[in-house]
Amino acid sequence: MSRAGHAFGGHAAAALGFATLLGVMVALEVLIRAGVVNRFVVPLPSQVLAAIPRVVAEESIPHRFWQTTQEALAASLLLIVVGLALGMLLFRFRLLRSACETWVAALASAPIVLMYPLFLVIFGRSSTTIVMIGFVSGVPPLILKTVEGLAGTRKVLVDVGRSFRLDGSQLFRKILLPAALPSIFVGLRVGLIFMLINIVGVEFLINFGGLGQLINELAERYDLPGTYAAIGFVILVSVLFFVACERAEKWLLPRAA
Amino acid sequence: MAPGPSLAQKPEAPSIAAASPILEVSDIVKRFGAGEASLLAVDRVSFRVAEGEFVSLIGPSGCGKSTLFNIIGGLTGETGGRVAVDGAAVSGTHAAFGMVFQEESTFPWRSVIDNVAFPLELAGMGKRERQERARHFVSMVGLGGFERRYPSELSGGMRQRVAIARTLASEPRILLMDEPFAALDEQTRLLLGDKVLQIHQQLRQTTLLITHNITEAVQLSDRVLVMTYRPGRLKRALDIDLPRPRTSEVVGSDSFGRYVAQIWSDLREEASRGIRDDEERALHRSDAR
Repeated sequence: MSRAGHAFGGHAAAALGFATLLGVMVALEVLIRAGVVNRFVVPLPSQVLAAIPRVVAEESIPHRFWQTTQEALAASLLLIVVGLALGMLLFRFRLLRSACETWVAALASAPIVLMYPLFLVIFGRSSTTIVMIGFVSGVPPLILKTVEGLAGTRKVLVDVGRSFRLDGSQLFRKILLPAALPSIFVGLRVGLIFMLINIVGVEFLINFGGLGQLINELAERYDLPGTYAAIGFVILVSVLFFVACERAEKWLLPRAA
Repeated sequence: MAPGPSLAQKPEAPSIAAASPILEVSDIVKRFGAGEASLLAVDRVSFRVAEGEFVSLIGPSGCGKSTLFNIIGGLTGETGGRVAVDGAAVSGTHAAFGMVFQEESTFPWRSVIDNVAFPLELAGMGKRERQERARHFVSMVGLGGFERRYPSELSGGMRQRVAIARTLASEPRILLMDEPFAALDEQTRLLLGDKVLQIHQQLRQTTLLITHNITEAVQLSDRVLVMTYRPGRLKRALDIDLPRPRTSEVVGSDSFGRYVAQIWSDLREEASRGIRDDEERALHRSDAR
């Protein structure tokens, strides 16, 4: 497909995505108004949209949005640095990999958020607790996919590197790491999902800062349109992180991605 | 008219000489595993390749051709014997060798030009200079205009040409190729063979080609070394005394056909042995179950 074709395809996909979202909202509006869905459980989408300016003005959304984004940024940074390093370590030492891989996989499926009292004891009721829970819950998929990507590098590519007499560090930087990047990005995406869910969840649970706390407060006030509007801002944070992740992937893997 | 198979045939020749050799392979032995379960893959293989010569090593599947390729290129250790370049023994990988592999080996994250510039980048060449040099090798393999494309946008034959150009860019003294056309369809294979011939004539590049394709071996080579089925030994060396360039007229000549028939008669015996061996092993496996 030509570049113009790609561009057209990209715009068409975005338009279709937006139209689908709009369609779902309209359908929900109709179902609620028809009494099929209980309006005391799910507010009208039109009410949620109308609540957005109020929530922004009254609930200091920019500050909370920035706080959640900052926590997510810090957790992402930790996630990438530690996740990649541990993944490389497990790939490098076969014994360590055999010993730990199952435990890391178990950690990936564990409900880390339920361990928040332990984190509270260690880090106190602070952003550090939120960042650490986000990081711990998001890091296992990145470790696993890093190991998988590095170990799955086609032998012939390694042989090409060896035939050009690359040393260990060059082999890693110029062949193993680029070959593993598609798998690493899959791990990063899954890790980011776990991380964001846990960050907002812990903000909600410990009633501390950010958008999670706002959702908690609005839900307790039974302000359903406001609650769903706040959830919309959480989705916005998520979208921002995924767009950044996608951009990074396209930059690093222009075609292979 | 080109002469038929020459007197250079040496049945069961353990060692094959070439004048002023750049590459000497002496008594190479490769055994996998130890004890009774060990497998002798390559047994005392010796030959020499002269500067600018194009030699093909042909044998049935499982005869240890690729093992020998890896030993010469330094990717696999030998159990015994010696590989020497210009008379000096080498161990491990060596700058004199450039290797082209059977499997698709381009880097999918690099464009054509960046794939070809890879060895130049390793050599520390500046970006502009290496791109210029890489462009030269890209056009040499007939891929001018595809410099900014990525391997995922190319056909199998084009990717293999990128791999060849990348190896040529490192300007190796000896080009080692392990069945580089094996995964390609017959037409692409023939066209790529022509391209390799053209490059060989242009560069007078010393080349050792591992193949199981008889026509390809005769078309490209100055000399063909025939290997036995497991353990791989040299069975025969055949000088291909056909004029160059090897045009379609030469390829369609009686002499060409006689060389092909001669090699096939050697190979048929070995390939049959290989098939019998495979069948016996399959029977043993099913009996064991």
